[in-house]
Amino acid sequence: MPEVFKLPKSLKKNIFHYCPGCHHSIVHRLLCEVIDELNLRDRAVGLASIGCACFLYFYIDVDIVEAPHGRSCSVATGMKRARPELVVFTYQGDGDFAAIGLGDSLHAASRGESITALMINNTVYGMTGGQLSPTTVLQQKTTTTPLGRDPKREGFPLKMAEVLSNFEGVAFCARTAVNTPKRVIETKKLLKKAFLAQLENRGFSYLEILSTCPVNWKMDALSATKHVDKLIEIFPLGVFKDTFGGNSEI
Amino acid sequence: MKDKRILVKGVEAIAFGALEGGCNCYFGYPITPQNEIPELMSVELPKRGGVFLQAESETSAINMVLGASAVGARVMTSSSSPGISLMSEGFSYLIALELPCVIVNVMRGGPGLGGIEASQGDYFQAVKAPGHGDGKFLVFAPYSCDEAYELTAKAFELADKYRNPVMILSDAILGQMKEPLTLKPLKIKRIKKDDWILNGAKDRPARVIKSLFLDSAELAERNRKLKKKYQMMEKEIRYEKIFEGNEDIIVVSFGSMARLCKEAVLNLREKGYPVGFFRPITLYPFPRFTLFKLAEASQRKKRFMVFELNCGQMVEDVASSICGRGDTYSVFYPPSILPFPEDIEKEIKKCLKYSNSPKV
Amino acid sequence: MRFEIILSGFGGQGVLFAGNLLALAGMYRGYQVSFLPVYGPEMRGGTCHCTVVISDKDIASPLVKEPGYLIILNLPSFLKFIPRLKKGGVALVNEDLVKRDEIENYEELTHHKRVIYVPFSSLAEEAGAPLALNLCALGAFNGLLKLFSEDVFVRALKEMLGKSKAHLFEANFRAYLKGIEAINKV
Repeated sequence: MPEVFKLPKSLKKNIFHYCPGCHHSIVHRLLCEVIDELNLRDRAVGLASIGCACFLYFYIDVDIVEAPHGRSCSVATGMKRARPELVVFTYQGDGDFAAIGLGDSLHAASRGESITALMINNTVYGMTGGQLSPTTVLQQKTTTTPLGRDPKREGFPLKMAEVLSNFEGVAFCARTAVNTPKRVIETKKLLKKAFLAQLENRGFSYLEILSTCPVNWKMDALSATKHVDKLIEIFPLGVFKDTFGGNSEI
Repeated sequence: MKDKRILVKGVEAIAFGALEGGCNCYFGYPITPQNEIPELMSVELPKRGGVFLQAESETSAINMVLGASAVGARVMTSSSSPGISLMSEGFSYLIALELPCVIVNVMRGGPGLGGIEASQGDYFQAVKAPGHGDGKFLVFAPYSCDEAYELTAKAFELADKYRNPVMILSDAILGQMKEPLTLKPLKIKRIKKDDWILNGAKDRPARVIKSLFLDSAELAERNRKLKKKYQMMEKEIRYEKIFEGNEDIIVVSFGSMARLCKEAVLNLREKGYPVGFFRPITLYPFPRFTLFKLAEASQRKKRFMVFELNCGQMVEDVASSICGRGDTYSVFYPPSILPFPEDIEKEIKKCLKYSNSPKV
Repeated sequence: MRFEIILSGFGGQGVLFAGNLLALAGMYRGYQVSFLPVYGPEMRGGTCHCTVVISDKDIASPLVKEPGYLIILNLPSFLKFIPRLKKGGVALVNEDLVKRDEIENYEELTHHKRVIYVPFSSLAEEAGAPLALNLCALGAFNGLLKLFSEDVFVRALKEMLGKSKAHLFEANFRAYLKGIEAINKV
């Protein structure tokens, strides 16, 4: 009988600690599949950032270092510069990548560092209890915007994929989601491309993945997953920059 | 071959020392008065196949250091006081993650933006709390170009040996003055790091370098392990002393200030004054035991005069080292007011006058 | 043997270059040397100075309160440093920019101190190198003290100029010789 389903080799057999309906686990699995398929395990180094995914090393069986909050792109820069033969990826939340680490992220992108940065965008600070994030959408209630995000007070959501697409150092830049099976499959393709960009030394590659935070959104798993469609209206999916050429439509 | 003697600034001596110590990566951000270090490294490292990168901030620089260290590079950064404050979060992580690196602080006056004149105002920051948490690192305070060269080179070996950052704490006088440096080859050990660095999980289990320990017993254990390491570092304690046992006054000072003090002490000794000199070269770990022994060396109670270019910091370590076996005096010069050796002599004589002991 | 020298002048008169060169020549001659430039705020006060110590023993303090020698290229430097010159010390002063009759308490300032006037600016112009008055002053200094030979000085000057300014060697050296010549006449 042909094997139709198996666990990726790079995925550890630990039970995910993530909340029900959280998309981190889906992305973890996709990441492991891509690491396996591109045969990267013996030269990959991952950056676990501050946020719910700081326990990345419980699940992903590659060399991993914890970076201080927001500093993943700088730590990755140091690694890649010192050992260009390594494949270096960051796994960051929207707060880590786009708030406290915005400078590190933009400068690494602008320098065209040959690293792969993943930003899991769920529009809130999950681990600390659902506070305002730079990607929180207008009117969204968080624990520090109890009346909803007011652009006059908290400004507008930051759209990182659009921002990065203007950078000359960026080789690949896309936004995707994993709230439908089709999008899961597409995300894997984009993830692969994000790593290929690094393998071919094209420059900085960035993939933003819209994700859920059911607990802090105060929704059940299913509604949260459906709610991602609403986010897509604000954060459109697509490939914003692709130096590979060719058709990369979702 | 005869060793090459060149006329360099203290900061250049530090950079040459780093190269001799096997430094192959440098990350930093410009700040006066230490810019000659990145400038020199930007020329020298690429020539030797190394990496030089100017970061967009000190915060990024220290995290690039963290990354390079985690993959096994001999890496350094340099900055001056305000920049060091920005890096201090990174220091805490480097210590926690047990990642070796060399950090140079060419101190300038503070607080805040302060000034660019010489200062020793970052003593406490360096030796007591380089970052949040209980972390410590070895701190060397060179006082000449030759010493800056040797200590910086050695710092790379010791960083690797203890898997901990090492700081070279200097100041703008030594940093900006020029004197001859003998570029001699040093025996700096290369320490194998293959058993812990992150270089891809090839034919081995994946490695994790982390500092988050939510289990309280695990975190306590972690801290005990680090504490043991700091105790081991006491083997590296270095100091210089001019002392015979009968001195009434011992002048204690470090770095550039120690040069001014040494001149004053030597002048006074020549004239027969009972004055000794003690210069800690490692500021952490502090040569506590040696100082205690000095205090106990004779029946007569001694006076320890601590000269510093700040508002009085190391004096607290001197006082706690001698455990009441002598008296401690703080003679402090806030940044930008540099005393001349003559002024220091005057201070020492004043102090001698109060004691009724005769000249030796 | 120990010589302590403060060199002072306007920013742009080459004071730091001359101090560095003096220290380098001292080192090539086999002495211990230290060169301490002043940088930052003091530069804005109209004078720029540096301290050079040349000794046959280890030098502890690079900082000198009362130097034995001064090389003074302008008036503000004269007023600032003459009071610090050691009793019996020697000041080499740029006659072109420091006029005796412009200084109120001249006698008091220079009491027990030897002041030697040399027109460094005009001598440098005569040498065809108006910017090299600093070298002219060094010539006068070494002509007076004979600390190092011409060979040592030439080696140090070439090192200081480097490849990019090697073409300036002749002019600078001419100015240096003018300085020696002038001091020998004093």
